[in-house]
Amino acid sequence: MIPDGLKYSKSHEWVKLDGGVATVGITDHAQDTLGDITFVELPKVGAGLTKEGEAGVIESVKAASDLLSPVTGEVVSVNGTIEMAPEKINSDPYGGGWLYTVKIADMSEVDGLMDAASYGKYLETC
Amino acid sequence: MKKTPIHPRHLSLSAKMAPFAGYEMPLHYEGYGVIKEHEAARTGAALFDTCHMGVFHVGGIGGLWELETMLSCDIEDMKVGACRYGFMCNHAGGVIDDMIVYRMNDKDFMLVTNAVNEKKVLFQLKNYTAEFTWFRNDTESTAKIDVQGPKSPKIVAGLMREPIDGIKFYNFAKNFYRDAEVIVSRTGYTGEIGFEVYCPVEAAGDFWDDCVAAGAVPAGLGARDILRLEMGFPLYGHELGEDRNAAQSGFSRALSGKKDFIGSGAALDPLAAGQILCGISLEGRRSARQGDAVLDGGGTAVGVVTSGSFSPSLGHAIALAYVDKNCAVAGTALRIVCGKAEIAGKACQPPFYKNATARADIKLYL
Repeated sequence: MIPDGLKYSKSHEWVKLDGGVATVGITDHAQDTLGDITFVELPKVGAGLTKEGEAGVIESVKAASDLLSPVTGEVVSVNGTIEMAPEKINSDPYGGGWLYTVKIADMSEVDGLMDAASYGKYLETC
Repeated sequence: MKKTPIHPRHLSLSAKMAPFAGYEMPLHYEGYGVIKEHEAARTGAALFDTCHMGVFHVGGIGGLWELETMLSCDIEDMKVGACRYGFMCNHAGGVIDDMIVYRMNDKDFMLVTNAVNEKKVLFQLKNYTAEFTWFRNDTESTAKIDVQGPKSPKIVAGLMREPIDGIKFYNFAKNFYRDAEVIVSRTGYTGEIGFEVYCPVEAAGDFWDDCVAAGAVPAGLGARDILRLEMGFPLYGHELGEDRNAAQSGFSRALSGKKDFIGSGAALDPLAAGQILCGISLEGRRSARQGDAVLDGGGTAVGVVTSGSFSPSLGHAIALAYVDKNCAVAGTALRIVCGKAEIAGKACQPPFYKNATARADIKLYL
């Protein structure tokens, strides 16, 4: 399940563009690999994120991992509901399981992300 | 990598497999996952392949007395049909293995041990038994399948030739599954009412399939680990090891004060337990992990985490840790250093999950 119209990072985040603001989540592949997600720590609104830098923490019954930011920018909003119900990321990774929105500092970074077809090919190598 | 007799079933269920103690074992199953498998054990019936566990028989004229020497629990007063939890200690009181002892008859005892310690247990049996004591490693020929949860009595009763309603907690009875002689033991590692069923390897696959057909949900090591942690049960390599004195584990019922056993001098020394195993109930969902430091209210390091997880039954994280005795008092505020974060919590007396059914009257579940 790789929706068209989104951009994808090598660390398995998706990015949905709306003007200069991106909604960010993790892909279906990422949630499936993690297994049941039990905890998520989101960045604070207003925090500055850098591409491939830490944006938070995600934990599953199996492991704890850093959330990486697919782009550089400033956090506009976070999906607070998933902090109490992180299983939403498993059940709806591209919808209700979104993580945060970020005001993109440099649009050229988005061009470096993969489209659905490239991400699909990339997954075959993972 | 060794495979259990149930291995082909794990593959056909698309289980996520991983190495565990030399065996390729299921972590969780496609379409279920750790949380749902955990829930099956708490509210329905979960099915665990535990064929990897060590199964030894010890017997003969002196076997009983040699077991008294090798094991920390009392052996002689065990009734035939009883199970008992105990440690095999080294001379320093450290734990070589923890195990359940089954008294099969006057002179035959079955020891069920951790797969990872099979060689160490064999070494001990070789070295501390005399000529007229026999022992046998039945690990390869004995399959072990656990059916655990409130719906497990009905499932197991439906598959056995003889009734199982007379088996009390921590007791076992022989029975027949189809034509195979089996042992049905009312023990387990989940805290729920349920059974560990020992059967010949040849019958194991059919038994597994029949349990699944009757509604038991296959569950992997991931769920098993969380279930046992919610009960505060120790896992060898986490809470127990050769470098920790058995007394520190706090499982004092497993340590007989009535006899000398290997390591008893050290394990029964009142000063042996400077740190003891303690439950920590954490605020929030973030998990502590083995090796994380435990701090007291003033920020002084007072211990180390041995196991930690999010508890699906409780909705927050829990941990077991070795902490200084004065801090291991229920209600004491503690903090766990987890990477860059600190998690606040309180010392508590396990079990974390209080509503488990293991000791309930089986007739309520038949």
